[in-house]
Amino acid sequence: MLIESLILSSILFTIGTAGVVFRRNAIVMFMCIELMLNAVNLSFVALSRAVGIEGQVFVFFVMTVAAAEAAVGLAIIISIFRHLETVDMKSFNLLRW
Amino acid sequence: MSELFWWIFASVATLGGIGTVTSRSPVSSLLFLVLSFFSLAAIYVLLGAHFIAAVQVILYAGAILVLFLFVIMLLNLGHDYRPDLRNVAWIGLGSVAAGVVGWSLSRAFVSEGGIVQLGGQASIESSIRELNAVGAIAQPLFRDFLVPFELTSLLLLAAIIGAVLLAKRRV
Repeated sequence: MLIESLILSSILFTIGTAGVVFRRNAIVMFMCIELMLNAVNLSFVALSRAVGIEGQVFVFFVMTVAAAEAAVGLAIIISIFRHLETVDMKSFNLLRW
Repeated sequence: MSELFWWIFASVATLGGIGTVTSRSPVSSLLFLVLSFFSLAAIYVLLGAHFIAAVQVILYAGAILVLFLFVIMLLNLGHDYRPDLRNVAWIGLGSVAAGVVGWSLSRAFVSEGGIVQLGGQASIESSIRELNAVGAIAQPLFRDFLVPFELTSLLLLAAIIGAVLLAKRRV
């Protein structure tokens, strides 16, 4: 079950990567980033079966970073929406080049 | 039996991820993501990480994704069905990048097959028997990782202040 879980985690990470690149809706891109973080968590939990309980402790830190990232990122999305009335990444080009 | 459940939940998690990327409405995308996270929690139970599974349901599926749902409803994006796919060049490039990422990750993981014999599972099971599921994680968290744990509170404080400042109407 360990190797299969690692394969599943790489599949989920790949889906998340594809979603971040394919979609332009900022909130959906953000959800795909959460999916990538969860794929990493799954690989930590799976590897903790082989290495020891420290892998499960790291999952806590990843979850904390994910919560902080969600709060700040959604605040940024809200403030961008207030200015531009859209969350389409096509119109966020102020800081791009 | 647990192998069978593993395959069921793994396929639900994968389908949920695919649904997140492909569905047009952000709300159904989010609900697919919740489905995927719940089946990941079930996979954590099958892998023996019971406390992580509980935290996954409470924190991720319960708090973070509900925050996403609040923002979608606050900004009234629930029926935003305009196509938001990038153009062909981006999709081609993204498929290549995702393929390379997936191939290299699965290759690295499969070639590390020897780690199965390290026997961390036995040590985890004995510490769970000794300290129960929460204590088995709390002991290394508060003994070996105490400084990172305290630094986490600094990160959360910075995130709180940042989120309040960003979401205020006038600074």
